[in-house]
Amino acid sequence: MGVRIEHTEEENYKKLDEIIDRYKDQEGMLIRILQKAQDVFGYLPREVQSYISERLNIPISTINGVVSFYSLFSQEPRGKYTIGVCMGTACYVKGAQEVLDAIKDELQIDVGDTTMDRLFTLKATRCIGACGLAPVITINDEVYGRLTPSDVPSILYKYIKTNKKSQLDRQG
Amino acid sequence: MEKYHILVCAGTGCTSSKSDAVRERLHKEIKKRNLSDKVKVFKTGCFGFCKLGPIVVVHPDRTFYIKVEAKDVDEILDSHIGKGQVVERLLYKSVNNDEVQKTIDEIDFFNHQMRIALRNCGVINPEDIKEYIAMGGYNNLANILTNKTPPTDIIEELKKSGLRGRGGGGFLTGQKWEYAYNYEGNKKFVLCNADEGDPGAFMDRSILEGDPHSVIEAMIIAGYCIGAHQGYVYVRAEYPIAVDRLEIAIDQAKKAGLLGQNIFGSGFDFDLDIRLGAGAFVCGEETALIQSVMGMRGEPRPRPPFPAEVGLWEKPTLNNNVETFANIPVILEKGADWFASIGTENSKGTKVFALAGQINNTGLIEVPMGTTLRTIIYDIGGGIHDNKQFKAAQTGGPSGGCIPADYLDIKIDFDTLADIGSMMGSGGMIIMDESDCMVDIARFYLEFAQDESCGKCVPCRVGTRRILEILKKITKGKGEMEDLKILEDLCYDIKDSSLCGLGQSAPNPVLSTLQYFKDEYIKHIKDKECPAGVCNDLLKVVISDEKCVACGICARVCPVNAITGENKNPPFHIHQDVCIKCGACIPKCPVDAIYKR
Repeated sequence: MGVRIEHTEEENYKKLDEIIDRYKDQEGMLIRILQKAQDVFGYLPREVQSYISERLNIPISTINGVVSFYSLFSQEPRGKYTIGVCMGTACYVKGAQEVLDAIKDELQIDVGDTTMDRLFTLKATRCIGACGLAPVITINDEVYGRLTPSDVPSILYKYIKTNKKSQLDRQG
Repeated sequence: MEKYHILVCAGTGCTSSKSDAVRERLHKEIKKRNLSDKVKVFKTGCFGFCKLGPIVVVHPDRTFYIKVEAKDVDEILDSHIGKGQVVERLLYKSVNNDEVQKTIDEIDFFNHQMRIALRNCGVINPEDIKEYIAMGGYNNLANILTNKTPPTDIIEELKKSGLRGRGGGGFLTGQKWEYAYNYEGNKKFVLCNADEGDPGAFMDRSILEGDPHSVIEAMIIAGYCIGAHQGYVYVRAEYPIAVDRLEIAIDQAKKAGLLGQNIFGSGFDFDLDIRLGAGAFVCGEETALIQSVMGMRGEPRPRPPFPAEVGLWEKPTLNNNVETFANIPVILEKGADWFASIGTENSKGTKVFALAGQINNTGLIEVPMGTTLRTIIYDIGGGIHDNKQFKAAQTGGPSGGCIPADYLDIKIDFDTLADIGSMMGSGGMIIMDESDCMVDIARFYLEFAQDESCGKCVPCRVGTRRILEILKKITKGKGEMEDLKILEDLCYDIKDSSLCGLGQSAPNPVLSTLQYFKDEYIKHIKDKECPAGVCNDLLKVVISDEKCVACGICARVCPVNAITGENKNPPFHIHQDVCIKCGACIPKCPVDAIYKR
């Protein structure tokens, strides 16, 4: 999932129109349209669902029924990186709460939220079984252990830097 | 003609262990050293030995290199290609006797195997239709279409071969084709089920990644037989490499005139399309899959009518699994009698298994039906990890059951597995040893089934949740003996009354563990103990008085300061009322004195 702050909403809806026009005359293409729409918007907010509903003349209840059925679809915006803070007992007593607070403070978001720039989504996860490294966080598939609140900024900065670099590269 | 061909695996497993970098480096170095007329590098599908990836095989001498990294490329080119000396350190060492096994033909893992569905995986480049054609691919299709072979002859041949559905149901494929052929319809469809949702199964993925054309060819033949002009392959979106290769293969087949209008000038039209699954386990059930292909919620409906009569858009639809299709070109090429000579009386041919769990050689294997579990585990799989005691093999994923050690010598086929309360299923085979708790395994599968239940029918939606609650209670040491009776009754009720295969088979892991490992359940309930040391609520972390050297490391890593003692004055002691059983101290102990029991 790339970050999509460089596109304006209008451009996204233009893309959505192209997607709908490409598939609307074929039967059974709703899931394909929703998948492509999610690629454009990053998730499927209610507005996008109702837009698709109007354009395809399918009741929004049907659209939402499909969106909520399949785990691939998300109705909440998601960040490029999902941070999972392990809240298992060992991590908790080793100070996971403090680490979580440090991340919340650093990113100015709450658990379950995503940063404004769609870079990070913060989640509190169940025990990931790495109690020996407690406290543990995961960022996408990367595991970081034995953390203290003071480690947080440098770890996050690494991802912010990578992202900035890729944005600059894209701008050429 | 190049002297050497270097094959680099590009399956999902090896790709995750960075085989792309190895391939790129090979290309670069070969160019740099001007070896292009001597050496050619190929990308292949899965060899099956995923645990030891990235895998590189050098032909003509068939040297099998394991765990190859980009930095090893120079050495392979210098010594193997340059001087004709194999790179010893990258060769496979047998886990059984530590001897070096140099070529693909010597390796234990590949002995006892017989590759029919996987015949081209790891042999050809899946992204080049010419390589498939060079292996005799599309030849059957050409013969059938140009000779106008009567469909009934082909269906008869399939029936005679005895091929049964490899998705897990084991229904006679020829019979299915016959039903779809007999039902009248102005439009018919062919479907390929590649929604491999079982945890621990990756057979279909490997076939699509390693040999997509064999599935495409079989689907075109199926279309010709039943009179369909459109086919769909329903693939999980979680298999990006498989989807890419399938798209490339369909594209190439269209350009070659093997898909589309008037194939081989015979007047027969057939087109193929991909539909992506969006992450719902129930969509592997054929009626749910059909709903999903039509872009709706994947909810099953009662059968009959079967899809062969009322399927996609209410038209007759033939639906087979990937592995079933992959067998068909070979059967038509070598004949039904040849195929029927392999396997057991009622289960013909081979079966692909995904071997995983507590076993030395994890990976993908294909063995004749009737191979014993012992052969699979000890001869092919190299035995149990850390020489532990084998406890059970779980087959058929969340719908299957487990096979205990008493049945190690059972000849595995559709019927024998059903007789002992397990099932063939799609082919996931998870090996478990003494460190696995069977109650916990049952809980794990029920958690999965409960999560994936589509919710349309009450027995499955509510029933699986109730089973899960009871299992959780037992693993927490709060179970009672009457729970076992309730569990059993619930299981049979859910099996009898659920709408589709998911619900009808969801209780199987519970029933099967109850049948063979009831003692473990009783230990959890009566003694409040978990013999395998898995269920955390029933465990104590203890320090062995004899082993402890009183170094104090454990006390320092303990997150809750539950460990006390005097340095250099053993033993240290864990206060059970404070200990949270996180196990942080266990790996830290230099003399392995701490364990869970």
